[in-house]
Amino acid sequence: METVATPKVKQVNENQCQQCMPLGGVVVFKGVENAMVLVHGSQGCSTYMRLTNVEHYNEPVDIASSALNEKQAIYGGEVNLHKALDNVIRVYGPKVIGIMTTCLTETMGEDLERLVATYRQNRGITTIDIIPVATLSYSGSQTEGFWAATRQLVVYYAKPAERHNGINVIIPHISPADIREIKRIFDLFGLEYTMLPDYSMTLDRPYGGRYQKIPPGGTSTQDIARMSGARATIQFGLTCPDNLSPGLLLEQEHSVPLHNLPLPIGLQNMDRLIATLEKLSGRSLPDILERERGWLLDGMADSHKFNADGRPIVYGEPELVYAFSSICVENGATPVVIASGTKSTRLTGLLATLLADADEQPVILEETDFAAIDDAGFLAEANIAVGHSGGKFLTEHRGIPVIRVGFPIHDRTGGQRVLSAGYTGTLAFLDRFTNALLETKYESYRELRKEEMGIREGA
Amino acid sequence: MDTSSVTAEGSACISERQNSILTTGKSKSSIHCADDSLAGSVSQRACVFCGARVVLNPVTDAAHLVHGPIGCATYTWDIRGSLSSGSEMYRNSFSTDMKERDVVFGGEKKLATCIDEIMGKYNPPAIFVYSTCVSGMIGDDIIAVCKAASERHATDIIPVESSGFLSGNKVVGYRAAAIALMQLIKPREGDTVKKTWKLNFLGEYNLGGEKWVVERYLREIGIEINVAFTGDSTVAALKQAPGAYLNLVQCTGSMHWVAMSLEQEFGTPYLDVNFFGAANTAESLRKIAQFYGDAGMIRRTEALIEHEQARIQPVLQKYRKKLAGKRAAIYVGGAFKAVAIIRQLKELGMEIVLTGTQTGKKEEYDNLSTLLDPGTIIIDDANPAELEKFLLEKNVDVMAGGVKERVLAYKLGIGFVDHNHDRKDGLAGFDGAVRFAREVYVTTCTPVWSQLKATGRRG
Repeated sequence: METVATPKVKQVNENQCQQCMPLGGVVVFKGVENAMVLVHGSQGCSTYMRLTNVEHYNEPVDIASSALNEKQAIYGGEVNLHKALDNVIRVYGPKVIGIMTTCLTETMGEDLERLVATYRQNRGITTIDIIPVATLSYSGSQTEGFWAATRQLVVYYAKPAERHNGINVIIPHISPADIREIKRIFDLFGLEYTMLPDYSMTLDRPYGGRYQKIPPGGTSTQDIARMSGARATIQFGLTCPDNLSPGLLLEQEHSVPLHNLPLPIGLQNMDRLIATLEKLSGRSLPDILERERGWLLDGMADSHKFNADGRPIVYGEPELVYAFSSICVENGATPVVIASGTKSTRLTGLLATLLADADEQPVILEETDFAAIDDAGFLAEANIAVGHSGGKFLTEHRGIPVIRVGFPIHDRTGGQRVLSAGYTGTLAFLDRFTNALLETKYESYRELRKEEMGIREGA
Repeated sequence: MDTSSVTAEGSACISERQNSILTTGKSKSSIHCADDSLAGSVSQRACVFCGARVVLNPVTDAAHLVHGPIGCATYTWDIRGSLSSGSEMYRNSFSTDMKERDVVFGGEKKLATCIDEIMGKYNPPAIFVYSTCVSGMIGDDIIAVCKAASERHATDIIPVESSGFLSGNKVVGYRAAAIALMQLIKPREGDTVKKTWKLNFLGEYNLGGEKWVVERYLREIGIEINVAFTGDSTVAALKQAPGAYLNLVQCTGSMHWVAMSLEQEFGTPYLDVNFFGAANTAESLRKIAQFYGDAGMIRRTEALIEHEQARIQPVLQKYRKKLAGKRAAIYVGGAFKAVAIIRQLKELGMEIVLTGTQTGKKEEYDNLSTLLDPGTIIIDDANPAELEKFLLEKNVDVMAGGVKERVLAYKLGIGFVDHNHDRKDGLAGFDGAVRFAREVYVTTCTPVWSQLKATGRRG
């Protein structure tokens, strides 16, 4: 292809490719044991985030709000915040409360540290941890919110601790199914580890037992406190900026060596994790994982010719975008457009290395919207897309199938169960990808051949 | 408050919310409602901006531009299941994507640029510009920006004053939308709109094509719809609104004020109607025919009702056999919807044991209680903890409500009927009544619940 779309510099954002910053923080706190989240702002913010999470996870996701109105917006939200904390404590009885700020309270200039300190003092609270996180949406997306909240948990709990043999595992926003798969892999290597955050049981509850307002599961605060004594951190955060990196903080402040890796999505990315785990555990690849790797290779061979027809658009959060671009590249379906609503300092550089040998360079869009993604995809003759439900117009307007991964998935069921990690998850994704291409092919090849040859009925 | 003694389970009811919950027949006092949401209570309400956007968004050929940080636009993109017979412009979500520098230095210039970009790319007949928490807080003068842009482009650029913090109650947003609509349809000085025999249909959003269903009935009896507010409407059609002979008002929460304003400004009378359920549909059609007072029309109306009822009643009876005696709960946005659902469920022989709304007014609650048997719980602005408590206590079989309540019901092993903005199936008119009954039946009587109960969630 000769034409390469240069994204027009425009002010208006047309069909958003990202969520807002506090949303990322909310998901993190849902992955902490016995935690509840409070959004300090107007009522709408918490309701939107609940709705988005409920539609994706298909679980009740309670998020309290300080429900500020005009008066508090002018005179300060202290009274409402304190009342909100009272009520959250009374109804939910949490051990941990995460407070996310919003655009409104950041603009008001609310000093959360002070408001929380006064509250603790006034109420004599000693047994509940109240942790504010600055999540001002006009300076970041859910991606930054997720990292910021995770890092804040480490700052709050991780004090100098005794050295131990455990490993820290820090994840970006992935599905509960992916979390469970990564935990299984660590278990197979016999490693002791702390995963942060861990919403694999809180945002994907099996049916049965008594319904609980704060679902059981999540990383315990004792385990977070011990992260500073771990012998290594594995962080799936190649694109994580330094100032928000929990792993970097643990390395700099507590001398825990950091292995910053791509998500184990894709053969080569998963191989990198395995190499690290072999080194840390002193064990070689467990038999079952070796077989799973073999099945993946077998599947890659079986479908490589079909995948060669793929001209994918990959979009979403930077860490996922990198991982899914890797799968596409290693299977011969080089992405034609790679896009994120988030502005990342790292993504473009990482992609340049990944795509160094590609026949055709993709259009890379950061801090972008779906109007730009759609234009670029059209010019580049994209025929498949990989990303969240926001890309639905690619199908509606252009007939491009979207393989749903990431967050949010609100127009299909089972967002919480989408598995792409590990050799098994990679193969599951690859089959979905290839089958979408095959579906298009079988639907259209008879007509296309006839059209190409000018064959008409009876002629 | 001694927070350290709070049990892990907490208590479902916050004492300050006691007056927002009452039991029919037991209490002489009236319900506390139309308040701001209580801080820390997990309200199901959204915000002023959301209220305004759901009312205006179905205007199909207008562009909807949200002046604020990205989240407000993301969460309301394509928010309603409203269908269009023409333009799809309304399904896009435009945002000024305010960043830190806009918050510091003001966002008016960026807003003006964004309006220019939308006009340049799409040239829509109108743009609705919504203010949000942040643009309101920093004092951006959207009225002035819109006025200047209207002159610059000779197009209606309509400000919608919907800063989220103005109230947690969507009704305030409905009013902001109503004011914007009145501004749009006001004829220019010297212009008049010719009066016709047609009618306007206010509070009809064409969810799942519901406006088209009613339009078919009205056509059959000899009346044309001038324009609906706002389902499947266009800017040009809305401007013809003053030419109507009659205004029908369906959704009371959002449109009574508009009806009264139209009566004041253009002398058009209005009628309250309700097309949810067969009985309501028949009653509404009769009311309309009576209003026109034409003998032929009245005859055609009776004929229509007779053949439609004869067609659907046998089907409804089949469902009634399966559903009689089942226990239902209703928790929806407004009282109008609650009343419609109560009537339909009772027609299906079901018992209503719990009902409530996000935004009901005192008179509406008084009216609700007259429809209900003694002992029914009525609840304003419920939180999930309260809903859970009463769903279990009242041994509910099926609940009707919005997306956020759905997952809670399922966790408790209770059926759920979607009666929200986002639904894809029309529930209006005679066929809508059948579709509603079918949905109640499939979710109440699914074989899934008996299998879940065997596992024992509700013990």
